[in-house]
Amino acid sequence: MGAQKKGASRASEDPEELARLPLQAILLADSFTTKFRPITLERPKVLLPLVNAPMISYTLAWLESAGVEEVFVVCCAHSKQVISYLENSEWFSQPNFTVTTIESHDSVSAGDALRVIYERNVIHGDFVLISGDTVSNMSLTQVLQEHKERRKKDSNAAMTIVIKRSKPSQIIHQCQLGTDVLFMAIDPNTKQLLYYEDNADHAKGSIYIDKLLLADKSSISLHNDKQDCYIDICSPEVLSLFTDNFDYHHLRCHFLKGLLVDDIMGYKIFTHEIHSTYAARIDNFRSYDTISRDIIQRWAYPLVPDVKFFRDSSTKLERQGMYLVSELGQSRSAQIGPFTVIGNGTKIGDNTKISNSVIGDGCSIGPNVSIEGSYIWDNVTIEDGCKIRHAIVCDGVIMKSGAVLEPGVVLSFKVVIGQQFIAPSYLMVSLLQQPIKQNSDEKLEYVDNSTGNAEISSLTHALDISNGEIANQQQETQCWATSELGIGGAGYVWSICEGGHDEGWRHSVAPIPTEKLAEVIQAAEDDHDGSLPTSDSDSDEEPRDDSYFENEVEATFLRAVDENIKVENVVLEVNSLRLSYNKQTANCAGAVFYSMIKLALESPHNSAGELVQALMKVITKWKGLLKYYLSDIDEEIEVIMKFEDMCLESAKEFSPVFDKILYQLYDHTIIREEAILRWDDEKRDADASDRIFVRQAEDFIQWLREASEEEDEEE
Amino acid sequence: MAEVQALVNELATKLRKRKVEGSRETARLTAELLRTVISQQRVTSAALVEVVRDVGQQLIAANPVELAVGNIVRRVLRIIRDGDLSPEVGGLTLVSQGDDGDIVEEDDKPFLLSDAISQTILHPPSLVAQLESKPNLVCHFEGKAADKTPSSWQFKHQIIEGVNDLIEDINTCHELIADQSLELIHQNEVILTLGHSRTVKKFLYAAKEKKRSFQVYVAEGAPKHLGHVLANELTEKHLQTTVIPDSSVFAMISRVNMVIVGVHAVMANGGVIAPVGMNMVALAAKRHAVPFVVVGGTHKLCPLFPNNPEVLLNDMRCPSELLSFGDFSDCMDFSVGSGAALLHVVNPAFDYVPPELVSLFVTEIGGYHPSYIYRLISDYYSADDIVLQQKPAS
Repeated sequence: MGAQKKGASRASEDPEELARLPLQAILLADSFTTKFRPITLERPKVLLPLVNAPMISYTLAWLESAGVEEVFVVCCAHSKQVISYLENSEWFSQPNFTVTTIESHDSVSAGDALRVIYERNVIHGDFVLISGDTVSNMSLTQVLQEHKERRKKDSNAAMTIVIKRSKPSQIIHQCQLGTDVLFMAIDPNTKQLLYYEDNADHAKGSIYIDKLLLADKSSISLHNDKQDCYIDICSPEVLSLFTDNFDYHHLRCHFLKGLLVDDIMGYKIFTHEIHSTYAARIDNFRSYDTISRDIIQRWAYPLVPDVKFFRDSSTKLERQGMYLVSELGQSRSAQIGPFTVIGNGTKIGDNTKISNSVIGDGCSIGPNVSIEGSYIWDNVTIEDGCKIRHAIVCDGVIMKSGAVLEPGVVLSFKVVIGQQFIAPSYLMVSLLQQPIKQNSDEKLEYVDNSTGNAEISSLTHALDISNGEIANQQQETQCWATSELGIGGAGYVWSICEGGHDEGWRHSVAPIPTEKLAEVIQAAEDDHDGSLPTSDSDSDEEPRDDSYFENEVEATFLRAVDENIKVENVVLEVNSLRLSYNKQTANCAGAVFYSMIKLALESPHNSAGELVQALMKVITKWKGLLKYYLSDIDEEIEVIMKFEDMCLESAKEFSPVFDKILYQLYDHTIIREEAILRWDDEKRDADASDRIFVRQAEDFIQWLREASEEEDEEE
Repeated sequence: MAEVQALVNELATKLRKRKVEGSRETARLTAELLRTVISQQRVTSAALVEVVRDVGQQLIAANPVELAVGNIVRRVLRIIRDGDLSPEVGGLTLVSQGDDGDIVEEDDKPFLLSDAISQTILHPPSLVAQLESKPNLVCHFEGKAADKTPSSWQFKHQIIEGVNDLIEDINTCHELIADQSLELIHQNEVILTLGHSRTVKKFLYAAKEKKRSFQVYVAEGAPKHLGHVLANELTEKHLQTTVIPDSSVFAMISRVNMVIVGVHAVMANGGVIAPVGMNMVALAAKRHAVPFVVVGGTHKLCPLFPNNPEVLLNDMRCPSELLSFGDFSDCMDFSVGSGAALLHVVNPAFDYVPPELVSLFVTEIGGYHPSYIYRLISDYYSADDIVLQQKPAS
């Protein structure tokens, strides 16, 4: 009877569920990136402890509490470890919550993993797509309902992505998540996502949006104050789309942008914004730091250390955000500061100071140690007098007495740091050697990632392999020498990966150094200035913009020639380009003329005469287009100047026939007499080198002047 | 057995995820689960105590803040212990088994103990006596379990009956408390309450239904603002209601005749654990000599003291109830300066109100002064069960 009542009360909790398919979720237990190297060489990212619990347990706990009933965990790299963790955890034995693991060794991207799922044919309805490093406490009820309603109206609503608001500042993005600002265009009425750009080029200070977006939407709102939570509600078609497009690898770069660009299938993506609940994904060390602190500050409640949501912990929350276990071997003189989590069985020596840090289980910390803002995982030994600031120290590391870790250091599993050794900022140390960088190509990195991880079964084995493989390429990685990590130290120092030092501070757990922060702020301000037309930086950017614009116009024009598009339509297109690049009509005239000359140049010609003929043929044909932009003297002058420039630079073939073409233009009433005379006047004071073409056209100009004088006289 | 464990896990999961709302609902679910556990067990009372205690520990660990779980577990344990005695004594008188002086010692108590099962008023001296008598009873019962006598069946039946009574009590406590409303609420009075409590709501409804006319001030109960819900429900019953912010309670208290509030738990010293903001209301009431009345069923009665370090009194909830994460994302900047956040948001769920600020407790068995709570506690709980967690040590 008790059971029945409970069943009834559960049913009443989600009344809108009309006994249909169970809600399913796909959890990707691999991030398919190398951001967490060298740690992820030995342990998959989803099993790394986040405030003393594996990341995947946060994701699973959320999925379970959000009412998901069936989860498929796709294990790629280190699949054995993930599976054995899940087997030993409670997740397989939860009521109303089934966890199924799917192993896939040859998946090197999220796309591959989803294709594997599709082949298994296990997904029957809408599903939640999430990666195993996401922390959230949002409720799925509303977003699912919205998604379902949209699906009823429009079967093309393929996906709903969850976003949250943050302050629109590049500094915040940089500081909190280590990522760039995300730009989105959203239809405010339907919440349809129209544009998504997560790595916009800030130097350029502009983003490009297809004007078609504006064509059929009454309004469109652009956001730079949203964060992507990487929680997606997907329709089953998403899987088949991945299968159809075998080149889709990355969920955002390929799939999402692909769908947004592709208007043939007409699939639509919608957004759902969360307000009071928390959701974030751990992408790099910096977001690891930020999210850890958010959890300690209880934003992810109830996913906090003192609530037993996945394991038996006796952690209690004390004043000022200290999470301490009941059986803590803490010396009386040790000082534990605010926002600190200390795990089971950890011993802390005399006069040790710990603040803003997370200490795992079974660590032994000696006397006079100072730990600040760091993440110490399980079973770490820290001897007396060590100083650790803003570092990540993995399981089993031994720090001999007096060692110092400067901000940003990452020590991978079982590294030994020698006595009195001072590890410089952003140092990465691992017992495994750094794999040789063959290619920075994304795809290769994926391959490298998974195979490397799959092979390494035990530490010694791995060391053999890497020693053997890398022996002939020693110059890349430094050898394990005593001098590297002090006396008795063990581990290879990793050279900082591709991006160099720049990436080091961006993604590390350490606070951003003041000077770097100043740079970021400066850059942000510059960006801001750049948008003002009066500023200095604008003039620097102009030529680049010009050439972009010209290329665009040229491409448009060539297409028009190829496809024989009507002049009016070409005018429309060029106008839209003019608006998006913020140009004058004079620039358009110049650019159109430029494209014509280019076209003429490309046509086969033997002599200068033929060239002139070819050009005139083009010009006569597209006279309407050119004339459209030549409503003013200034624009005509611009065309002459442009032509002049081109004769000097890109189209030298025209320089001998400059005067002839000028005459032809005059003859076809494309350029009026006044324009040519004004041009001549303007050039009168210029250097000799600038006057080459004026001199060349001297006769013609002379003739024009005389003709006009005659006219005057006649009057 | 496995299915029982599954049920236990299910409730534990619900508690862990804070999916059970309110102490009454928690108490009811716990009692029902324990009834199932007991009915599935084929063991003697001593073992039954262990089993129930074990289940109780799992449930308490799942949500240590919800004290009602522990209260119900202790109540059920008491029923088992009492049931333990009464059939035994019945056997003594009827069959006159060959037990010697040890049992005779308790000859004076049987009727009192069986009274306890039928859920009535106090019976003062039983605690100490039971403590002394326990070991010898256990050994006696183990001997008895070997032969499956009808009395063992009867014994279990009696326990189930006791638990059923307990569940019935929990279910009807609101009505029983509400019945006393006329004695407390008088014509044209102004009542102040804070937040939303079902007990208070029923209490006020009952007074209204009996044609008392009175006004209610509802303090909104930030940050959850459940006071808004209560105000909404009260106006549906045509009660004159005024909603005020928590911060203006002191300003309004001089116009108020009585404060009636619901609480989360009542501690052994007569202090209460109540929704946050309650201490301020109680202090204001004390300052203006306004009676501060706490209504709540006896399942909220907790035999622990608030200064006990084992008791987790407060629940630090999510800061997003106070402010939006997005708006304050720039204050949460850890990566500049020393790496410590400058903003810390504290959102406790409960307040502790000391007993001297409480004027009266209204329970389903009548009204009591805080200083009388210890007597109720000794009625409802056995001294052996007060510390449930002690078991692993022994």
